[in-house]
Amino acid sequence: MADSPSKILKENIWYSNPVFIQILGICSTLAVTNNLINTVIMTVGLMFVTGFTNVTVSLLKNLIPRKVRMIVQTLIIAFYVIIVDILLRAYLPDVSKALGPYVGLIITNCIIMGRAEAFAQSNGPLLSFWDGITSGLGYMWVLMIIAFVRELLGFGTLFGMSVLPEGFTHWTIMVMAPSAFFLLGTFIWISKTIMLKNEGGRK
Amino acid sequence: MSPDINPFVLFFASIFTSNILLANFLGMCSFISISKDMKSSNGLGLAVTVVLVLTSMLNWVILKYVLIPLDLLYLRYIIFIIVIAATVQVLEMVIDRVSPALYMALGIFLPLITVNCAILGVALFMQIRSYSFIQTVFFSAGSGLGWWLAILALSAIQKKLLKAPVPAGLKGPGITLITIGFMAMAFIGFSGMLSVQ
Repeated sequence: MADSPSKILKENIWYSNPVFIQILGICSTLAVTNNLINTVIMTVGLMFVTGFTNVTVSLLKNLIPRKVRMIVQTLIIAFYVIIVDILLRAYLPDVSKALGPYVGLIITNCIIMGRAEAFAQSNGPLLSFWDGITSGLGYMWVLMIIAFVRELLGFGTLFGMSVLPEGFTHWTIMVMAPSAFFLLGTFIWISKTIMLKNEGGRK
Repeated sequence: MSPDINPFVLFFASIFTSNILLANFLGMCSFISISKDMKSSNGLGLAVTVVLVLTSMLNWVILKYVLIPLDLLYLRYIIFIIVIAATVQVLEMVIDRVSPALYMALGIFLPLITVNCAILGVALFMQIRSYSFIQTVFFSAGSGLGWWLAILALSAIQKKLLKAPVPAGLKGPGITLITIGFMAMAFIGFSGMLSVQ
């Protein structure tokens, strides 16, 4: 499997986007999508962890016995997540407090394990790093859109700044959990419809 | 040190109002892929509940008597995940030895549980909210049961959805997510009765 970097980019951002095609790793991050700042920080953290985990797994792939590779991968992921956690607590203590347990939950985010298993196991370190970063990007833009809608309608703000006029009635539902499910479901619907149309056009 | 919440209140709150899946989004990965089949959802729900209670008790003991005294709190992610993986492994071997029938029913789900966010999530919640041991037991049992309830309900709804005329683009995960959204709204409806932060 020797894909070109641009093909990997396209695959990860659209054709096999981790969120709306593979439905992976939505657990840990949906919870923070009612706020754009938290979403950005969370997804950047995820991108960092995915990229470096992929490099490490790719470098060590011949040294890890097949039988224990799952646990070794988990430990590698946990190692990078701890780095992210410590960095956040040192430089962005407020955000770190707001994210709470969800930073730690990056460990169980299936995207990272999935990419390490599916890509890094059979590719070189540089390509793997690229794959990890682009997977993170594919993840990021979808969640940013969801967070954008939720923060705008739920609080009337964007990145913490008030953008809607005073009299705007806040949609309380957008702050609560169900809206994330609805928005993601709608997002999947739209993207899948576009994809089905493109496929139909090609034939 | 630990918050003053009655364990029973915590138990019911974690089943209904702050359901681990519907309010905290934890344990979604296996949730969506498994929930198509009612029998496996039942098995997975049972397995998650058992593992949740066991691991959060173990993790509480380790946290209280090893990590905090030695000031190694930053190692908690690694420790928690190792405890979870080890518990799942041991449980798998024990069940295989003791009851082959149960192993047939649960065996395939156990490896899935290690990467289930709900298990690690509950461990982290109990650390951040500094629950006492009793509170941890009730909280984890409630969370497990809540997850079980949610996955069973969803798989029952999905059975009905098979016959519904769903637009082509919405088929599969799309409609599942929207269904979960409605379920989440229903569960939030309980929050007038009790709520726990």
